[in-house]
Amino acid sequence: MNFEEYRAKPLLEKSGIAVPDSVLVQNADAARAAAEKIGKCVVKAQVPTGKRGKAGGIKLAATPEEAKVHAQAILGMDIDGYRVEKLLIEAQVPIARELYAAVLNDAGSRNPMILFSMMGGMDVEEVAETDPEAMRKIPVGITRGFDLAMARQALEGCGLAEMEGAVAEVLVRLYQAYRDYDAELLEINPLVLTDDKRVIALDCKLTIDDSAAPRQAELAEQAAPELMTALEAKAQAAGLKYIALGGSVGVLANGAGLTMTSMDAITHYGGKPANFLEIGGEAYTKAKIALSILLENQEIRSLLVNFCGAFARTDVMTEGLVSAWKELAPDIPIFFTIHGTGEEEAVKIVREQLGLEPFDLMDDAVKAAVAAAAEAA
Amino acid sequence: MIVRKEHKVLVQGITGKQGTFWSKAMQDYGTSVVAGVNPKKAGTEHLGVPVYACAVDAARDNRIDVSVMFIPPMAAKAAAIDACEAGVKLLVCLTEHIPAQDVMEMHAAAAANGVRIVGPNTAGLVTPGECFVGIMPAFNANVFRPGEVGVISRSGSLGTLVSLNLTQSGFGQSAFYGVGGDPMIGTTSRDALEILDADAGTKAVVLCGEIGGSAEESAAEYAAGMSKPVVAFIAGRASPPGKKMGHAGAIVSGSSGGYAAKRAALEAAGVAVADVPSQIPVLLKESLDSKAA
Repeated sequence: MNFEEYRAKPLLEKSGIAVPDSVLVQNADAARAAAEKIGKCVVKAQVPTGKRGKAGGIKLAATPEEAKVHAQAILGMDIDGYRVEKLLIEAQVPIARELYAAVLNDAGSRNPMILFSMMGGMDVEEVAETDPEAMRKIPVGITRGFDLAMARQALEGCGLAEMEGAVAEVLVRLYQAYRDYDAELLEINPLVLTDDKRVIALDCKLTIDDSAAPRQAELAEQAAPELMTALEAKAQAAGLKYIALGGSVGVLANGAGLTMTSMDAITHYGGKPANFLEIGGEAYTKAKIALSILLENQEIRSLLVNFCGAFARTDVMTEGLVSAWKELAPDIPIFFTIHGTGEEEAVKIVREQLGLEPFDLMDDAVKAAVAAAAEAA
Repeated sequence: MIVRKEHKVLVQGITGKQGTFWSKAMQDYGTSVVAGVNPKKAGTEHLGVPVYACAVDAARDNRIDVSVMFIPPMAAKAAAIDACEAGVKLLVCLTEHIPAQDVMEMHAAAAANGVRIVGPNTAGLVTPGECFVGIMPAFNANVFRPGEVGVISRSGSLGTLVSLNLTQSGFGQSAFYGVGGDPMIGTTSRDALEILDADAGTKAVVLCGEIGGSAEESAAEYAAGMSKPVVAFIAGRASPPGKKMGHAGAIVSGSSGGYAAKRAALEAAGVAVADVPSQIPVLLKESLDSKAA
């Protein structure tokens, strides 16, 4: 789950990290009114992507009139596929130096990692790539945690001088926020030192672990909407993952690994997969809704059903699928290959109810589905 | 370690629907299930074994070598830490969608107690003809048969297909090692390769990888020094980059974690890579023949 800046910053504030005063607006007049209250401000597009600045979605305004003009230009803008509908009108701060700070899940160490750089700002990715020394990587043991002494030690020699203690405190609070909100990534870029010796978070990028949604329910409701097609959204509502792939051979398999393998085999034998859609794991009873989603794709010419049941019982999946198939009576051919848990019963259902013979080899089922799609094209 | 029928197995969550179904299947196949856990049913019996409030209690009365968790995601951390504190040697964590920070804590507890975790999000381990721990169709003789090929897979369904392909071609398996589809797993493909390399009953290894992460690249480093032949298949060649394909591990961003890099790393290590799973037995036969020659 990703969060827009205006959702993420109040969380930082709650964790004790200073952020500028701001007002969220949805039209240019409100932007002007907010600027009148705030003074010199920044007009910031609220979309969940990191390319706002470069896309022209962040502008400085010295007067309320200027804020209004910028707001008019930015509202409705398309940034990285997202339409700008909200703006944050934020007070300008006197920047002395831009820093970078983040906490993220590090798969390699199976622990959190804190990143810190003296070279924050728009080009921090390039800085990290061209000068790895400029990005400090601070490993954290999850059971040990991260305290002020550790933070001070990690910042030693950075050149923060008398600001070291204040920045160390921000790192400790940032780590605590990462833990409190089950973040996968919590990033402040830039974290600024002001002329009057304050440490302020000017931006915040927050991604919360989808798996933690049940215990972060309140936050989950505030997550930014994901960019997806109508069918992808329908699948997600049903607890399924659907991705349109543009080809003509439909794929229905259980488990991500087997589904990707089915797509690979279709490609290998000269066809083009129409979709990724898997019903493994806890979703194995959802064959019916899965089929109806597949069939809404008008490009589909044949359907490959590849079940290899481990946890997912092939008899349960097949029963659901066959009854849906009979109900929806689609006008395309279907090709089965079924093995694993519940195999005998599943094969029997296909034979008796559809009068079809499942293929013993996946390759043969794939070849047949590819040939049928080519013929129908 | 490879699971054996002598190993004593604890099932955490034994009384649930899936726990019951798979515990029964494990018992029928030859797995020595000695106890179960359900805090609300402590003191009762289920499937002929005693049920305890926690793994620590179960370990007080029984020798436990392996624990397998049929536990929902939000309760998985506590159950895993309980198993680690109970002193099991091996913990098989089937649960998918455990919050990542909980997974980190599980691994920390395992490290502190000297426990090997397999998973999370694994389909488990099979030693054909002996026993299995997890949710694999070990009992399906079309899929698994005793033999000398070790199989490693991130995905249970793909592992099932590949084992089936091997069996159909006359290759039985010494062990199936489901390492799991999560990004932070306790036993990596490389670790599993090392385990099968050390196993006297394993003559060759099939590695089923997936796009995303760097597990295959790391496994390739180890494979380069192996004398046993290794054949690989990597799922996801036809998947578009930047999309999450269900497994949290199978996400490709930019060039890292992509198909081409994984295949190149494996081939450079002398591993034959199949385009489709049905080629695996063919490549395996070639590798074994050329080694014998």
